[in-house]
Amino acid sequence: MEPKKITKINGPVIIATGDESFAMHDMVYIGVHRLLGEVIKLDGKSATIQCYEDTSGMKIGEEVITTNAPLSLSLGPGMIGSVYDGIQRPLKMLEEISGPFIKKGVQISSLDEQKKWHFTPTVSIEDTVEYNFILGTVKETESITHKILYPNHQSAKILEIAPEGDYCINDTIAKVQFPDGQTLELTMVQKWPVRTPRPYKQRLQANIPLLTGQRVIDSIFPITKGGTATIPGGFGTGKTMLQHQLAKWCDADIIVYIGCGERGNEMTQVLEDFPKLTDPRTGRPLMERTILIANTSNMPVAAREASIYTGITIAEYYRDMGYQVAIMADSTSRWAEALREISGRLEEMPAEEGFPSYLPSRLSEFYGRAGRTLNHNGTDGSVTIIGAVSPQGSDFSEPVTQNTRRFVHVFWGLDRDLAYSRHYPAINWMISYSEYISNLENWYDKNAEEDFLVYRNKIVKLLNEENELQEIAKVVGQDVLSDSKKLILEICKCIREGFLQQNANSEIDTYVPLLKQYKMIKLIVSIYEASDTLINKGIPMSKIKEIGFFETYPKIKNEVANIEMAKIDEMEEQYLDSLDKIAEEYKEVL
Amino acid sequence: MKNKWIFNIFGLESINGPIVYLKTPKNIMFNEQVEFILPNNETRLGNVICIDENVTMIQVYEGTNGIRLDKTKTILKGKPLSIKLSEDMLGRIFDGTGKPIDGLGEIHSDIERDINGSSINPISREYPRNYIETGISSIDGLMTLIRGQKLPIFSGSGINHNELANKIITDSNIGKEEKFAICFGLMGAEFETAEYFKNSLKENGSLSKVVMFQNLSNDPSIERILTPKVTLTCAEYLAFDLGYHVLVILTDMTAYAESLREVSTLKGEIPSRKGYPGYLYSDLASIYERAGMIKGKSGSITEIPILTMPNDDISHPIPDLTGYITEGQIVLSRDLYQKGIVPPVDILNSLSRLMKDGIGEKYTRKDHAKISDQIFASYSKAQDVRALAKVLGENDLNDLDKQYLAFANTFEEKFINQKQDERRTINETLDLALNILNILPKEELTKL
Repeated sequence: MEPKKITKINGPVIIATGDESFAMHDMVYIGVHRLLGEVIKLDGKSATIQCYEDTSGMKIGEEVITTNAPLSLSLGPGMIGSVYDGIQRPLKMLEEISGPFIKKGVQISSLDEQKKWHFTPTVSIEDTVEYNFILGTVKETESITHKILYPNHQSAKILEIAPEGDYCINDTIAKVQFPDGQTLELTMVQKWPVRTPRPYKQRLQANIPLLTGQRVIDSIFPITKGGTATIPGGFGTGKTMLQHQLAKWCDADIIVYIGCGERGNEMTQVLEDFPKLTDPRTGRPLMERTILIANTSNMPVAAREASIYTGITIAEYYRDMGYQVAIMADSTSRWAEALREISGRLEEMPAEEGFPSYLPSRLSEFYGRAGRTLNHNGTDGSVTIIGAVSPQGSDFSEPVTQNTRRFVHVFWGLDRDLAYSRHYPAINWMISYSEYISNLENWYDKNAEEDFLVYRNKIVKLLNEENELQEIAKVVGQDVLSDSKKLILEICKCIREGFLQQNANSEIDTYVPLLKQYKMIKLIVSIYEASDTLINKGIPMSKIKEIGFFETYPKIKNEVANIEMAKIDEMEEQYLDSLDKIAEEYKEVL
Repeated sequence: MKNKWIFNIFGLESINGPIVYLKTPKNIMFNEQVEFILPNNETRLGNVICIDENVTMIQVYEGTNGIRLDKTKTILKGKPLSIKLSEDMLGRIFDGTGKPIDGLGEIHSDIERDINGSSINPISREYPRNYIETGISSIDGLMTLIRGQKLPIFSGSGINHNELANKIITDSNIGKEEKFAICFGLMGAEFETAEYFKNSLKENGSLSKVVMFQNLSNDPSIERILTPKVTLTCAEYLAFDLGYHVLVILTDMTAYAESLREVSTLKGEIPSRKGYPGYLYSDLASIYERAGMIKGKSGSITEIPILTMPNDDISHPIPDLTGYITEGQIVLSRDLYQKGIVPPVDILNSLSRLMKDGIGEKYTRKDHAKISDQIFASYSKAQDVRALAKVLGENDLNDLDKQYLAFANTFEEKFINQKQDERRTINETLDLALNILNILPKEELTKL
């Protein structure tokens, strides 16, 4: 049998022809430098391959060797805190081998093979294990216990299990026997093909919020654990900043941050910031729950396409241990463009704007891998996906934004005008939505204040009214509006500046717990309602302004620290008192 | 690199615009450098862009004028396109492919690098924090330039963006450092533009610190594809081998992208938006992402690409994709320019993403962030008032709105407007901003 040889090279797309049989999505080594590639099309004797590295210098006639396995990840202890490229090569080790500039053809193991981990078995000899059963645990970081999962789909009986002790990832920790008598040795590492979703027992309803400490998200457009959200926004509207905020403060156990075709300096920033910041729940550095996948815009395009799958597979693996995992993908547009670029090189017929016709199905497959699940080992975990979209020309009607919208349940639309006036996060409350509100009703009732959603809905209603009033004011000016309308405008100005805007760079404001958010909403709604009653009695707006509430409210977020939130209740009483006094004063006049 | 692997081949299959097709020679490599020797001994530079068993596609950078199918000799260089690098390049002028054109002779050096470079490992990067005082209030105060940043200027045809670029070069405090260099890449530039920069650099005595690569508008357009790569390869050498702080100016990126489109169309590739190739984003990124700083190296590359927005449209693919890659943008406004405000920086559209970490007590001044936030918020509010004034007339505005109008006008005339020879320190800039903000009543200044 003749091995396959290169017959065509067109950028990252290569065609190899020969007798040896390849399978679809097989991982292959290409040419003398043994560059990594993946089979994406088969036609008779020739195979089309996308290469994950730069193909400069490659020649016709060089050999292509298949590994007879699809593109797979090595899953095991040691992933947390790592920085990987799109195909799970640790960038730290790559730096040690090739210096600050990435060289091609470097083959390194994804996990540290020398490091000893302290393994504690949780099964005993004669136990029967099934797919994903927990064989033992390893303390991966202070806050994450890594569970070693039984990787085979066929159930088996434990013949041997390693006693508690220190082992390298490739040491045998268990030996099992299948019903047919065959035996298998297991290590702490398992391989999983990136394009295959990891199975679970049952999907659970997504009815627990993923709390982020960001007011506009938690209170107005919440997302659930296991939910899907998208952040579309033109450049300069703060997508990455918001993704960073979510990665820092959301209450997931593990964060997988995929920098897909974005800026190198942004990854550097994460690498500098995260080790310094502490996780508010565990008090440990944030890096101890974070896995970064960095395939920046100048790194090979095919690896960018793979990076999304690498990220979600790692997330599913930790979900299977019973963790709440959140994925930040920044940006899925770059991934779609990678699809387009490769599709173009394959000379496929394009659909909208040059994107391949399978763009919607790929997007739905990706977002479909999110969810809260009951796992085979009895734990329940979740994968939440938050994908940023960079619409071409800031136009939300372009194919990636439109198709993403079909498959996600939360839409945080970023607005250029808001960003220009430095209203951050620039989430436009008129176009954004969350479909999870009704799922979460129960949770809010039990875990937050019972009237949380009541107040939330009042805020949303006020903002809607304000929007209409602004339209009118644009034409006729604010002065002609009645006092009760002016009150709405003033109150909404406070909501916008004091509640919706949140300063990521301020120590007090960067993370706000739900209870403080509730107090802030309650304060503004009760002042609005009390003032509105007075105005309806004929008390002029100018008099109500005198209590000073409209100047104070926007400052609360910067001045009242999270631990002093009781002060907000005091303020509420104090301002309501002032309003009562005004009512007294006017009692006789009116 | 095996320089000995040189093959001579006679004859070509076909020529289509700047693309030459050749019967695939043995051992030809993808992305290999190729030289064509014409019967009159003239040479043309090219590189391999697609190979299959029968035909090899070669892109010729110096145009295909006068190339014949017979009698043309093809030499395979056995290496990718590369240039020789040396510190002696400072003060010299090259064409768009890196050949000297100032009559001072070839560059002799053992160091030769692939012009495509390699990507910087994201974890080897150093996060840029050191700000550069440009002396221009609108930039220093509101979109601070950071060393190692890539900050493009979005302009329109007819707006004099070259003056702004020139002002940045001459007034920046980086210019006063010992190890400072400018790498200049001109793509499709008018002769006058090239001369303007040369003369002003001569005047302020910094010509000896400049390496200039010029592709003029009458040079072959496909040559422009090489110019930014050559410029950046030189910059990387100066910065990361020799420790220079390098400012890279690339103008005009629109001309570059148009050349890319020209070649893509000829190759028969499926176009995406406005006929530009689907890989325009990746291609632009391979240029812009070469800016930065590396841990453990003393030099830096700060990139200021200049591009003209076709029809002043910021959503055109070139400015749009650029904005997604660069760390902010400085947008110039035709309205301001027509009002006589120079440099006509449209502050609301402009942004420096790295600013937040490079300002404040440690770098500029404690109140810097608050002042700039307040200016943005108030100036943006003033724009709404201006729109209202158009409908109602200025006289019917209430007092507060009138104050906003006064603020916006003073701000444009006193703060944004700056004479070509006027340099303001960061303290002067921030004090000026505070003064102008005082036009507004205190309760409107919620961010201070």
